[in-house]
Amino acid sequence: MRETGRNGQQAVVQVRGLGFSRGERMIFDGVDLDIERGKVTAIMGPSGTGKTTLLKLIGGQLRPTAGTIVVDGENVHELATRDLYRLRQRMGMMFQSGALLTDLDVYANVAFPIREHTDLPETLVRDLVLMKLQAVGLRGAAGLMPAELSGGMARRVAMARAIALDPMMVLYDEPFTGQDPISMGILVKLIRELNDALGLTSIVVSHDVQETAAIADYAYLLSDGKVVDQGTPEMLWKSASDWSQQFLNGEPDGPVAFHYPARHFRDDLMQGGQSR
Amino acid sequence: MILDPLQQLGRKGLAYFGRLGRGHLFLMQTLAAVPGLVLRPGLVIRQLYSVGVLTLLIILVSGLFVGMVLGLQGYNTLVDFGAEESLGVVVALSLVRELGPVVAALLFAGRAGSALTAEIGLMKATEQLSGMEMMAVDPIRRVVAPRFVAGFISMPLLAAIFSIVGVYGGYFVGVGLLGVDDGAFWSQMQAKVDLNDDVYNGVIKSFVFGFVAVWIAVFEGYDTVPTSEGVSRATTRTVVHTALAVLGLDFVLTALMFGD
Ligand SMILES: Nc1ncnc2c1ncn2[C@@H]1O[C@H](COP(=O)(O)OP(=O)(O)O)[C@@H](O)[C@H]1O
Ligand SMILES: [Mg+2]
Repeated sequence: MRETGRNGQQAVVQVRGLGFSRGERMIFDGVDLDIERGKVTAIMGPSGTGKTTLLKLIGGQLRPTAGTIVVDGENVHELATRDLYRLRQRMGMMFQSGALLTDLDVYANVAFPIREHTDLPETLVRDLVLMKLQAVGLRGAAGLMPAELSGGMARRVAMARAIALDPMMVLYDEPFTGQDPISMGILVKLIRELNDALGLTSIVVSHDVQETAAIADYAYLLSDGKVVDQGTPEMLWKSASDWSQQFLNGEPDGPVAFHYPARHFRDDLMQGGQSR
Repeated sequence: MILDPLQQLGRKGLAYFGRLGRGHLFLMQTLAAVPGLVLRPGLVIRQLYSVGVLTLLIILVSGLFVGMVLGLQGYNTLVDFGAEESLGVVVALSLVRELGPVVAALLFAGRAGSALTAEIGLMKATEQLSGMEMMAVDPIRRVVAPRFVAGFISMPLLAAIFSIVGVYGGYFVGVGLLGVDDGAFWSQMQAKVDLNDDVYNGVIKSFVFGFVAVWIAVFEGYDTVPTSEGVSRATTRTVVHTALAVLGLDFVLTALMFGD
């Protein structure tokens, strides 16, 4: 199954006809995506569209109700557990919360995947860890506990941990959310630089349009379980779609209504003291 | 309308059996991960400290007081029959057969079980478990199994320590304060407490209780609804369910062991 991506090159991640629901609620309904090798691909959409869910589907933590996800030539949801774990060693993921192990210090957090998956001597582990920490500028923070880190630092440590095993691909979940402008700038720069310097493939899931668009080679816009728009950031800014314009420019009303669906306002008011 | 309570009952029932099923599946996965720990004894030793050693103090103090109360109450009853020489037997049998395993298990649930649930539950709520999975590390092997083994090993030891300290508590009150004969206290105990019937059965109980207590604790943590409210509920459930399970099982085991 040598399907090719947009540029005739084989995509690292191919999502085809993806469907996923939680209980009654349909989260994805026929999503097709291609993540190209060596590129930074952004997946943007409002909160609650299922961006985190998509990353978990790609990582094989959740099982789609329809469609397939192929990562590096392997169908994620047909793999045996052992093979899935082997595939995951080639992916790094940075969780929105950082998900650092709170009982280990920064050094041990970055060393964690290396120690779990290799039998390297401790001196070599140390060199590797310091190298990764140096890459995110936190070598000096090696001895701190996660509780002592600021939000931005925690994410950088999580980043160092995500690249600890030299993965082929890194998934970032909302790397910019809730960061001050300086941390934000650092994270934006790091994602792009790590991608290019280490020859990674990056997926950045985010609703921070400006920052994400600035580093993305290609972007998908998700809404209501579907891909509503895609293209390079320049293409998207010029997109004719009303929805894209509303989302990218942050307009309060448009195709996505300001009001949550409700019955007529008058009927609600007329009900007087009655309970709802 | 009339169907609402029925529907609710059905939903509750399904949820209950769902949990029961998950609990057993989880136990199987945990047990399957136990042999692998031979290669990484460090993981278990660290947990032995936090599960076992940190529970030791409360076990020592409680054991001492329970033994002292047994000494006092036993003496008051026995002295009416002129049988206060048998105080050692009464204290030792109560502790070894019942109070040692049962009270130690209840204290274990309160001190170590709740901490295990809260720790694992918080790791889940803060996506640490999910993060491990994405790093291709199985949280059941890395987090759950070492804690399970540590709890399973600790409980019988704690129960034994509880009983021993309790006997000395009874000795202190009976012999030290109330004037029971020193030699009679020990010799009667030696003569009447049977290694097979009493001690072994007590040890079996403590193993069973330990298994159940630590199973409930790690499962509640792992099955937590990943919110702060979920963690707090799970912690409460650990203590309540362990207490009920231990007391219920104690009756069943006692009936099987001593019921003839
Ligand atoms: N564990 C869960 N159980 C039930 N619903 C969930 C769970 N996780 C997420 N959801 C729902 O799935 C939808 C998508 O969630 P998520 O992927 O976290 O969105 P995003 O990351 O885009 O903000 C949300 O509406 C959320 O309520
Ligand atoms: Mg999210």
